Amino acid sequence: MAAPVVAVLDYGSGNVHSAVKALERAGAEVRLTADRALIHRADGLLVPGVGAFSAVMAALETVRGSEIVDRRLAGGRPVLGICVGMQILFDVGRERGVDSKGLGQWPGVVEQLPADVLPHMGWDTVRSDAGSVLFDGIADERFYFVHSYAAQQWTLPRDDRRRPPALTWSEHGAPFLAAVENGPLSATQFHPEKSGAAGIRLLRNWLGSL
Amino acid sequence: MAVLTRVIPCLDVAGGRVVKGVRFQGLRDAGDPVELATRYAEQGADELTFLDVTATVDERATTYEVVTRTAEQVFIPLTVGGGVRSTDDVARLLACGADKVGVNSAAIARPALLDEIADRFGAQVLVLSLDITRDPGTPSGFVVTTHGGRERTGRDALGWAREATQRGAGELLVNSIDADGTREGFDLELVAAVRELSTVPVIASGGAGRVEHFAPAVAAGADAVLAASVFHNGELTVGDVKSALAAERIEVRW
Repeated sequence: MAAPVVAVLDYGSGNVHSAVKALERAGAEVRLTADRALIHRADGLLVPGVGAFSAVMAALETVRGSEIVDRRLAGGRPVLGICVGMQILFDVGRERGVDSKGLGQWPGVVEQLPADVLPHMGWDTVRSDAGSVLFDGIADERFYFVHSYAAQQWTLPRDDRRRPPALTWSEHGAPFLAAVENGPLSATQFHPEKSGAAGIRLLRNWLGSL
Repeated sequence: MAVLTRVIPCLDVAGGRVVKGVRFQGLRDAGDPVELATRYAEQGADELTFLDVTATVDERATTYEVVTRTAEQVFIPLTVGGGVRSTDDVARLLACGADKVGVNSAAIARPALLDEIADRFGAQVLVLSLDITRDPGTPSGFVVTTHGGRERTGRDALGWAREATQRGAGELLVNSIDADGTREGFDLELVAAVRELSTVPVIASGGAGRVEHFAPAVAAGADAVLAASVFHNGELTVGDVKSALAAERIEVRW
């Protein structure tokens, strides 16, 4: 079987290098690109993201990231968001009291975690959903988080016609979504590309679903 | 469920090699950085820190190359510090594959650098590296130094840590110049004093010589413990340190 082709969205996000190398280690053929045709043809699209929510949204718009993600999802083609690349999938990001509009694929607000020590930095456990594909075989592993903001609620109404999303939670000051798998759209708040062998396994699980 | 205590080997790099000195002096060769980084990752290191101790521009280029090669092979977080003076330096290191960047002297010379880095890249990439020595002339009894401890700035260490956090530092690397290289243990009072005021994670550094030195640093409030020579000399593995922490009921990643 040929290696799945994964496009890593190139929009000037910091440190995409590691994501590219980790995907390669997991068995993908990787293209770091903002080329719309190439991205649409790829088996998977990875949306990285570090830094401020509003800055990531502004940078995404320079490559029309919103349309790129919409178009893939409209065709049922898999997308994986990482860290702020997960956060911007929600309606709104609230940082330092300022609301920024996200891509709105999922309802809800990404807010600062109510913890004494921020960022939430380091290796933490997760409570994965029984139906999770991403966490298959690694549900008890630990993953590397570095963030101060997170989606702390899941408010998408239940749709009986569709398979329910797999929600994976972690906790820092409050429970927050560590990962979401919702049809073709998946995301992790932690960094699989920095989570050692467990992270590579998660990426391999994602590649296996493409 | 809580975030786990991190064990971080630190590699001082110069001219593409790992070096280690006592109290920042008398540097000697301690191996190939990529090889060591890979070995530590296999031993269970939770992160790696490279400290670029080179003096020249030519040698700096070799550090970028070392960071790039390491990030291609080692899938755990990588912090690079030493000689970072501008947001462009940060951008270049991040592009090479660094996840976090340590800033020290340049921020003391121009504190606004911290705001600039945090605004452009986010607080999570910004580690404020503090080389601290005891000094009764400051309110807290601790002073910030530069040049590897040789020059005292007159700046109160705790006051500077607080200011830097407000400016956007996302983590504090607290290195005791007094303890560094002594192998007699971390400066626990210093760690506790920084933990007391800090709202960001604190890394204890300087003085680790034996496996039993690590748990007290965590008890004093460190979120992570960092050491160099005990790992490079092969006296301790990362696993040894984690076993010692686990024996004191400190949760670590296996």
